[in-house]
Amino acid sequence: MKNILFIEDEAVMQKAVSEFLGVKGYRVVSALDGEIGISMAQKQSPDLILLDIILPKVDGFDVLKKLKNDPATKSIPVIVLTNLSQMSDISKIMELGVTTYLVKSDQSLQDIAAIVGKTLGDKQN
Amino acid sequence: MNKIIKDIFSQMDVPGQCRKYNVPLRQCPQFLFLVMGGVIIIVVVVTYLVGIRYDQIDPEIIALIVIGLATVMLVISFIIVRSFEQLAETSRLKTEFVSIVSHQIRSPLTNLKWIVEILMSGILGKTEDKQTEYFKILKENLERMQKLVSELLTVSQIEATKFILKKEEFLMENLVRDLVSEFAPIAKSSNVKIETEFSARLPRVYGDPFQVLQVVENLLYNAIRYIGFAADNSMGGKIPGKVTVKLYPKGEYVYCQVQDNGIGIPKSDQKYIFQKFFRAENVRRYQTSGSGLGLYISKSIIERSGGKMGFLSVEGAGTTFWFRLPVAAKQNSKFASKAQPPAAEKDQNGK
Repeated sequence: MKNILFIEDEAVMQKAVSEFLGVKGYRVVSALDGEIGISMAQKQSPDLILLDIILPKVDGFDVLKKLKNDPATKSIPVIVLTNLSQMSDISKIMELGVTTYLVKSDQSLQDIAAIVGKTLGDKQN
Repeated sequence: MNKIIKDIFSQMDVPGQCRKYNVPLRQCPQFLFLVMGGVIIIVVVVTYLVGIRYDQIDPEIIALIVIGLATVMLVISFIIVRSFEQLAETSRLKTEFVSIVSHQIRSPLTNLKWIVEILMSGILGKTEDKQTEYFKILKENLERMQKLVSELLTVSQIEATKFILKKEEFLMENLVRDLVSEFAPIAKSSNVKIETEFSARLPRVYGDPFQVLQVVENLLYNAIRYIGFAADNSMGGKIPGKVTVKLYPKGEYVYCQVQDNGIGIPKSDQKYIFQKFFRAENVRRYQTSGSGLGLYISKSIIERSGGKMGFLSVEGAGTTFWFRLPVAAKQNSKFASKAQPPAAEKDQNGK
């Protein structure tokens, strides 16, 4: 079973995504802030990270930089899941080496599950 | 000529203009300009009369009058500038408020949408038909709210000049063709036929393909909807609905036209059609919901892409919306059409 780390401070979103991806066959662990997220990524080496940007303590930009600068975590694919939709934010995030950028309000859970599946399938290839 | 006279009189309605900006008369720029003009005229006339009355008037008196006049003008100008600054600041605060609120509303709306999706998916157990029906209504209304919030956010970004478009080369034909295919089921259910007329060898254009897609989607959606209103109203009987989408090159641009045979736009509403929140009177009669932001956003996208947007409409007969985008720089003018200028270009330019 593939492991996904979901770094998101909104409890309802954590619950909804974890529930849906759980049914699709993934094991989802959640982190409520950026600091815990970095620590869990380093300790557990998940197969994929879903990352929000607006986070308490350490924001998504800094989480990304830390993950990409750490040899233990730099190769873990990261899908950004956020409500920031301005071109300047998207460009800034893509430059940090994410796999995909998704605007939450534009995606259904089914869309997210499909993209997660495709990303993990690519990784296995 | 009558229109010009009407415009002049509407501009002279100073109290009305001041009410529009929600400022008191003493801070209203139009009123203050009139006061300044009146002061200048009075002082010049008084100086002239004094000059006639007293032949041997000292130059110092004239200088004092001029200094006095300049001082009064300076004070009034200062008040006018401060009034404009306050109006601009109020507008900026409103834009910022809309942006913050829209952004904050997005999260709870997304939460609700995803929870409804889980309830409908059957993960938590089978749902009854009636439950599914109500979940569907919930989902549709959440999507409506999300769309409105998204539009409000886009408008606030446009007004704060933070709306940044990607700039890349792309083929309009591919984008429009795919979109027309997606609209086929909606058109069929509305008893509308969509036809396409694309010129051969269209050059690539320069712009943000995702945003241009939103523009064409908005125009197609409106076209089908306006035909639906015409059919409901039985104007001239049940007319077969038809939407024609054209793409053709002309000069340094590629033009896109979306033509329908729907209810059209009343002449009195046409000059407001690209304004925020405006919805034509005949549309409001048939559909009370709708943000009135789609065309404002569409025109902003096209203009920020270096293009232009306009329309031609006859109430009861139909509307043609058009826009043009610049051909990508590497193309040369060999693709320019030698055809006559389209009639739709000589029309409302979305003032």
